[in-house]
Amino acid sequence: MSAQANHPYHMVNPSPWPAMGAFSALFLAIGAVFYFHDEAFLGLPGVYKVAPGLALVVLTMVLWWRDVVKESVKERVHSNEVSTGLRMGMVLFIASEVMFFAAFFWAFFHHSLGFSTATMQWPPEGIEVLDAWHLPFYNTVILLTSGITVTRAHLYIEAGMNQKAAKWTWITAILGVLFLGLQAFEYGHAAFGLSDGIYPSTFYLATGFHGFHVFVGTTFLIVCAMRAQKNQFSAEKHIGFQSAAWYWHFVDVVWLFLFVWVYWLLGTPVRTF
Amino acid sequence: MSTTATHAHDDHHDHAPKGIWRWLNSTNHKDIGTMYLVFSVVAALVGGGMSFLIRLELGEPGIQVFDVVGEMMGSEANQFYNVTVTAHALLMVFFVVMPALIGGFGNWMVPMMIGAPDMAFPRMNNISFWLMPPALVLLVLSAFMGQGAGTGWTLYPPLSGLAGQPDMSVDFAILSLHLAGASSILGATNFITTILNMRAPGMTMHKAPLFVWATLITAVLLLLAMPVLAGALTMLLFDRNFGTAFFDPAGGGDPILWQHLFWFFGHPEVYIMILPAFGIVSHIVSTFSRKPVFGYLGMAYAMASIGLVGFIVWAHHMYTVGMGVNYRAYFVAVTMAIAVPTGIKIFSWIATMWGGSISFKTPMMWSIGFIFLFTVGGVTGVVLANAGMDIAMHDTYYVVAHFHYVLSLGAIFAIFAGFYYWFDKMTGKVYPELAGQFHFWTTFVGVNVLFFPQHFLGLAGMPRRYIDYPDIFAEWNMVSTWGAYVTMASTVFFLVVTFFVMIGGRKSVANPWGDGATTLEWTVDSPAPFHTFEETPDFTGGNPAAHPAE
Repeated sequence: MSAQANHPYHMVNPSPWPAMGAFSALFLAIGAVFYFHDEAFLGLPGVYKVAPGLALVVLTMVLWWRDVVKESVKERVHSNEVSTGLRMGMVLFIASEVMFFAAFFWAFFHHSLGFSTATMQWPPEGIEVLDAWHLPFYNTVILLTSGITVTRAHLYIEAGMNQKAAKWTWITAILGVLFLGLQAFEYGHAAFGLSDGIYPSTFYLATGFHGFHVFVGTTFLIVCAMRAQKNQFSAEKHIGFQSAAWYWHFVDVVWLFLFVWVYWLLGTPVRTF
Repeated sequence: MSTTATHAHDDHHDHAPKGIWRWLNSTNHKDIGTMYLVFSVVAALVGGGMSFLIRLELGEPGIQVFDVVGEMMGSEANQFYNVTVTAHALLMVFFVVMPALIGGFGNWMVPMMIGAPDMAFPRMNNISFWLMPPALVLLVLSAFMGQGAGTGWTLYPPLSGLAGQPDMSVDFAILSLHLAGASSILGATNFITTILNMRAPGMTMHKAPLFVWATLITAVLLLLAMPVLAGALTMLLFDRNFGTAFFDPAGGGDPILWQHLFWFFGHPEVYIMILPAFGIVSHIVSTFSRKPVFGYLGMAYAMASIGLVGFIVWAHHMYTVGMGVNYRAYFVAVTMAIAVPTGIKIFSWIATMWGGSISFKTPMMWSIGFIFLFTVGGVTGVVLANAGMDIAMHDTYYVVAHFHYVLSLGAIFAIFAGFYYWFDKMTGKVYPELAGQFHFWTTFVGVNVLFFPQHFLGLAGMPRRYIDYPDIFAEWNMVSTWGAYVTMASTVFFLVVTFFVMIGGRKSVANPWGDGATTLEWTVDSPAPFHTFEETPDFTGGNPAAHPAE
């Protein structure tokens, strides 16, 4: 900070990560299209055509967020005002994520409530749905429990007890991994494949993007657990953890909607339009 | 500002980093704003060139331009015409208007107007910009790979599906929009946080300049609408490449679902393009009338209600899909309701000018042009809002005329207004008044000759998105193409003058517009220094810019 700067905001140093991230995304996109259309790309086979771009995108994220943590912990530039801004940013990001899921729920309700002229009944003929009160219900219990454990971790952080918080964050992350495992098992044993019509389309995309968000949230929690072990969170300021917890609750709520509507209420019995 | 004190980090002070790294690694809102503006000009040249090709083709019946162009591109004339229409639309919406108004002027002016030293997330601001060139590359690939994406900017399936366009082109278009959308969402997050969190002490929201309000509301619309498009694009991508059936009736899906999702994004999107323009025009009308904006709070909340209602009118783009009459009645009613807040804005601008000491400088001319022509486009919009009328006019040139009046003659006029208004502030140079006036009048005549006859063509039943038409439509099409010649000549004149002013113009002052310019950006030097408001201005005693230092 310059001696004259008479404001509480963070004037970030020039950084190579944004441009690197953007061009990595371009690389990823081109690789993806060449993969879809089976064209030669860097001599890579099949889905590996997206690998270089994806690796660069992930690398950019790691380097970028490493800088953010450094700015917070070492340079101490996250003043109260900057912290408020970071929290707002996270809330807004989650709001945009809500709207992303709104699109998939729209696709689901459009067909399952009979707005589409092409759907005569829901679930469509020939679809053997999964039993809501079996694996999906266990997964609901797992995620709700993880909501409690992450809150426990949050309370420990607010009491200044980072090590205990780390323990409970790890437990939350393990519950996340467990959820993902059960979800993968369920996919493996479902009686319908992705290309078996509109039911699997809405089912796999909605639950699949949710699953991806659980993966992201779990990664975020693991990073926070490791940061807690290094005592990087204070009782007053722990935006990284707070954001991870908010994100986790958001993922939780999306699951509740999926469970209630996709698996349970509009799962069985078959309704005709 | 003292520059002799020791600095922990040199980058934090007034001397900007040098060379290409200044731009690639930038965390400075003014540099990023400049990059957005330059990017938008480049995209506008490509998109404008395409529209010129379209008008040359339509200048007379038959096929005379695209047989040659299509052959050069290794594509068939009709298809390449559709590709050109598609790329023109996507370029103008995502790569010209949005980057100029939000990325360009928003980045440059919003932090200065609220007395903040920069944006809330300066590094994220840079990825918002740098995602745009890759998105542009993907869009260009979508036009030139395979047969090219000839789906129109709305990408309706089944044409955009595997059955309609089996090669790579549409996939490139989808991913281009994904990147542009990510850029917009990050930018929106940044603007909202900046505006809510970094206003100078004493500047309550009810004291914030209207361009700040406009940017805030635009950013909220972006934040909530863009992800829905992202979801829809993802479904389309999966339908094309992974065998899902969201939009394919053969698998129980529904192409109408795409239209719902697309327009739930698409309608807020048109307000995303026009709200910042509203903000700019408010500032300019006030400045050159030497009066505060009439009905400031009404103006702010009119924009908020336009944004809000904009989310619940989407199906007025879909009257012909066979909706029930109750749905149509609803969408007609809410769509026409938007005319109320829009009317509040138009009348408040007129009331701002009323009794003012008006000077008709170039920015003011563009703003008055905006008010006049946007009203024309708004009125034809009310006509089209009626489901009964729209059944007849759907997909005719009447629609094309309508949205070019609100965009080409609305949003683009506001971009030029903002450009001339803030040219001194951004470059430190004076734009020659006579050249600006000449540019305004030639463009004004050109675009009206170009687009007004398209109303007649539409009413006569000429459908859009065709390379050819019956001879009965020949005369008004010829007139329309004359308008394109005038507009193109005017644009070339503008580019040449701007180039020479940039390299050798007269030096300007901090506030070239006098007492009427009361927002904070006029209190700093022209060009604005690399860093502004390191000393936070204080609003608690009123607007410091409204009472220039005696």
